[in-house]
Amino acid sequence: MNSGKKINTANLVLIFSILVLVIVVAVPVILIFITAFFENGKFNIAGVMKILSDPDTYQALLNSVIIAAGVTLVSTTIGTFFAWLVARTDLPFKKIMKALFLVPFMLPSFIGALAWKVLLSSRAGYINKLLIAMFGLEKAPIDIMSLGGIIAIESMYLFPFVFLQVAGALERMDPTLEESARISGAGLGTITRRITLPLVMPSILAGALLVALYSLSHFGVPSILGTEKGIYNIPTKIYERIYASGGSFGAIRVGTILSMILVIAAALILKLQDVLLKKGQYQIIAGKSMRPMVLKLRGLKIPLLIISVIYIAITVILPTVTIFMVGGLKTYGLPFAAKSMTWDNYLKIFQWKMTRDAIWNSIYLSLGAAFVTMLAGTMISYVIVKMKVRGKFMLQFLGVLPFSLPGTVIALGVILTWSGRFGVNLYNTPWIIFVAYIARYMAFSIKSNSASLSQVSDSLEEASRACGATHWQSLKDIVIPLIKPGMISAFFLIFLPALRELTTSVLLYGPTTRTIGVAIYALNEDGETVRAAALASVALLIIFMGEAIIRKFLAQLDKPRAKVEE
Amino acid sequence: MAQLKLVDVTKRFGEVIAVNRLNLEVEKGECFSFLGPSGCGKTTTLRMIAGFEDLDEGELSVDGKVFSSSFKKYYLPPEQRDFGMVFQAFAVWPHLTVRDNVAFPLQIRRRPKQEIAERVKMALQSTGLTHREASYPGKLSGGEQQRIALARAIAINPKVMLLDEPLSNLDAKLREEMRFEIKDLQKKFGFTIIYVTHDQAEAMALSDRMLVMDHGIVQQIGKPLDIYNKPANKFVFSFIGLSNFIPVDIASGKASVAGAEGALSHRAPAEFGNRALMACRPSDIDFVGHGAMDSGNVDNIGAGDATTEALVARRTYLGDIIDYKLAVGNIELRVQKPRHEKGPAEGARCRIRINRTLWYPAV
Repeated sequence: MNSGKKINTANLVLIFSILVLVIVVAVPVILIFITAFFENGKFNIAGVMKILSDPDTYQALLNSVIIAAGVTLVSTTIGTFFAWLVARTDLPFKKIMKALFLVPFMLPSFIGALAWKVLLSSRAGYINKLLIAMFGLEKAPIDIMSLGGIIAIESMYLFPFVFLQVAGALERMDPTLEESARISGAGLGTITRRITLPLVMPSILAGALLVALYSLSHFGVPSILGTEKGIYNIPTKIYERIYASGGSFGAIRVGTILSMILVIAAALILKLQDVLLKKGQYQIIAGKSMRPMVLKLRGLKIPLLIISVIYIAITVILPTVTIFMVGGLKTYGLPFAAKSMTWDNYLKIFQWKMTRDAIWNSIYLSLGAAFVTMLAGTMISYVIVKMKVRGKFMLQFLGVLPFSLPGTVIALGVILTWSGRFGVNLYNTPWIIFVAYIARYMAFSIKSNSASLSQVSDSLEEASRACGATHWQSLKDIVIPLIKPGMISAFFLIFLPALRELTTSVLLYGPTTRTIGVAIYALNEDGETVRAAALASVALLIIFMGEAIIRKFLAQLDKPRAKVEE
Repeated sequence: MAQLKLVDVTKRFGEVIAVNRLNLEVEKGECFSFLGPSGCGKTTTLRMIAGFEDLDEGELSVDGKVFSSSFKKYYLPPEQRDFGMVFQAFAVWPHLTVRDNVAFPLQIRRRPKQEIAERVKMALQSTGLTHREASYPGKLSGGEQQRIALARAIAINPKVMLLDEPLSNLDAKLREEMRFEIKDLQKKFGFTIIYVTHDQAEAMALSDRMLVMDHGIVQQIGKPLDIYNKPANKFVFSFIGLSNFIPVDIASGKASVAGAEGALSHRAPAEFGNRALMACRPSDIDFVGHGAMDSGNVDNIGAGDATTEALVARRTYLGDIIDYKLAVGNIELRVQKPRHEKGPAEGARCRIRINRTLWYPAV
C-alpha cells in the first residue's frame, strides 16, 4: 500500500547515516586537508615544506618518531613476556595476575605521568631526593622528564594492547598444533621457536602497531613530562603553537600541516597492519577447547611471580597511591608526614567553581556523547552490515576513519568546521567538545555494534517480515533486542574514555567548559601540583566506580547468553 | 610379546575418574580401536599413551620398555616416544609449506639432508600430496590437510601410529575414502595403529580388534564381529548399532508384551524371573508372510517360532532401506528392511518374528 512512498524506514536510516558521517567526520577531515595544502585559494606545497623544515617542528616530528619507536619496542617486549607468562606457564594466581596486568588500561596515562613527575623529576622527585640522601649523591640519578622517561611511562600504560592480543592468541591457539610438534620429537625450546612464536607473530605485530599508532599521536604523557623541558612531540607542538598564539589562523594552519603527518603515518600503520594480518591470518583457533601446553616453571615460579607483582606494584599501585598522597599535602614538596597532610584540598575540589564545573562538564558531556554516539553508531552499523546499498564502502570507510585520527586532529577539524564557517559557531561552548567526542568515538560504536549485528542472522529479520511485521517493527522487536548487549557495551566503550579525555578537550575548552582532564592539566601547568593531584584522585575514584558498575552490569548481561551457548 | 602394554592404568581429573584400571595388550601390526561416546576416557587413554598426560596409577610399556609408570615413578616425555600421531583438527602448521611440515620430525632428529629429502618424497607420494609440496596448508582442503598430518606422522617410519578421531572433521564421502587409505598405509609400512573414534561403523571397518569404553571403564574388548554379535552388556549393544529394547513378561519360556496377542519368544531364559529386557536389532525383525526372510532361517539364539501382532505406525523410505515404526501392544519397535523386500503398508496390521535376540535383566 505504501510501496509508492520513497521515504520508508530503510531510507530514513540510510539518509541519516550518511548525514551524520558527512557532517561529523568527512567535513572536518576535508577542511584539514584544504587548510593544510591551500593558501588563499591556491595549492601551496612550498608553504607546507617550509613549515616541516622549520627546526622547531622538525624536532617535534623527530621526537614523535623516537618516542613511538621506543614505546613500541618496550611495550611489545613487556607485553609479550607477561602474556606468555600468564597464558603458558604454571605461574600461581594466573587469573588474578591477568586481570591486574590489564589495570593500566583503566588509569589515564596523564595522571600516571603526573605521579611519576612527582616521584622522579630531577628537581623535586621524592624518590630522587630519597636516593640522594641515601647514597650521598650530588645530583638526581633519574630524570623522568626526558625522552627516555616519556618512553618508559608511556610503555607502562600502553603495553596492555600487546598483552591482550598475545595472551588471547596463546590461549585460543589449538594446543594440538604444539602437541603434534612434540610428538614429532621437538622439545619445548624448539616448539616455542619454530611453532608457537611464528604462529602468534601476527598478534604480536598487530599489538605493536596499535601501540605505535597510539604513541605517535599521544598527548598526555609528553605534555606533562616533556613540555616543561622543551621536549615536544607533534600533538604537544600543535597545542603549544595554538595556545601561544591564542588560536590564530596561522597557528591552526601549522597544526593542520602537522596533523597531516599524523594522519598519513596512521594510515600507513593501519595499512601495514592490514597487510600483516592478511598475510599471517592463520586459522589457529580450534573448535574444541582444550587446555594448552603449560611450561612448569619449577624453581623460577616464585621469582617470576615476585617480578610480576613488583611490576604491577610499580606501575599501578605506586602511582595511584602517590596521587592520593600528594592530593593530601598542605604544600607540594613537604615530606609525607602526618603533620603535613590535610583533607583541605579534597574539600576544595568540590567547593571551587573551576573544578566543580570540570567534573560536571566531563560527566554530562561523556554521558551525552556516549548515548548519541551509541544510537548513531547502531544505525550506521545497520546500514553497513545489513542493508544492500551502493557505495556503502564509503560509509564503512568514514565510520572507521576516526579510529585512525589522533584526538588532536579531530579537535582541529572540529574547530575548522564549527567556528562559524558554516554559520554555526560553537567555539567556547560545551557543544564543540560534544561534537568532537562524537567524531572521536564513532568508530568504537560502529565496531561494537557491527560485531553484534553481524551475529544476527538475516533470516531472523526475514522471518519477522514474513510474519507480517513492517521493517520498523522487525527492527524494534527483533533486531534491537538481540543487539542490545552490543549497544550497551558501545555506550560504556565511549563513556569511560570520554570521562578522562584530555587530548581533544585541551584544544577546545573555553573559560567555563573545562573537562576533568583539562582541569588537571591546567592545574599542573600552573604549578598547583597538590590541587592537580587532588582532582586526579577524585577522577580516579569516579573511573574506578564506573569500571566496577560496568563490570557488574556486563556480567549480568552476559549470563543469559552464556547459558544459551552452553 | 605384545607391543603395547597397559597395566591397571588409571587417570583422574580432580574428583572424576577419567580412566579406571585399564588393562590392554596390543600386538605388533594390529589395528586397534578405542570406541565410546564423548567423555568416555578413550581420548584420555590415547593421550596417556602419547605421553601428553601422565598416568596416576599403572604402567605403560612399548616393546618391553617402560614409557610411563606410577610404580617406578617414571615418565618419558612425548617427544622421546617416537610415535606418529594424527589429530582431529589436523594440527598442520599453517606457517610452513607441506614439505616443511612433513620434514619437521626428521629435521628435529637431525637426519642428513639427503635422507630427509627421500623420506619426505616417499611420505608425500604415499599420501598423494606430491603436487602440493610447495603449498601452504591454509590453501588446501580438509582432506588434503589431514593427508599432510598422515604424511608427517609416517615420515619417521614409526612403530606405533596414534590416531585421535582423524576423520571426524571430514565429510562422509571423504571419510570413507580415507579409511581405506589409512589401511593401505598400514599395509605398506606395517605400523601398529591405535585409533580413537566415536563412530562404530568406522571402528568396525578399520579394526582388527577394538575396545568399547564408557565412563572410564572398559566394557568389552574383542574382534568387531564378536562385539557386534555378542555384546557384553546393554551399553555395548546399544552403542554398537541401532537397537530395540523391549520390556517383556515371561511365563514358562514365553515372552510377551502386554496388550499384544501372541509371543515375542518361546525361548526366554529362566534366569531373569518373570520380567526381562529383550534386545534386538531393527534388521533382525521379519514380517511373517513378507519378503525373502520368511525362510525358517532361525538363529539358535533367536526366538523360536514365536510371532506377534503389530501395527505399522509409520513407514519411511531411507534410500536403500525402509524404516518402520511398529506398535506392539503399548510399546514401539523399530524395523529396518532392504528396499527390495516387500513389507506391510503404513496403517496395516501384520505379524512379526524376531530372529536374533539377546536378554538383559529388567530395568
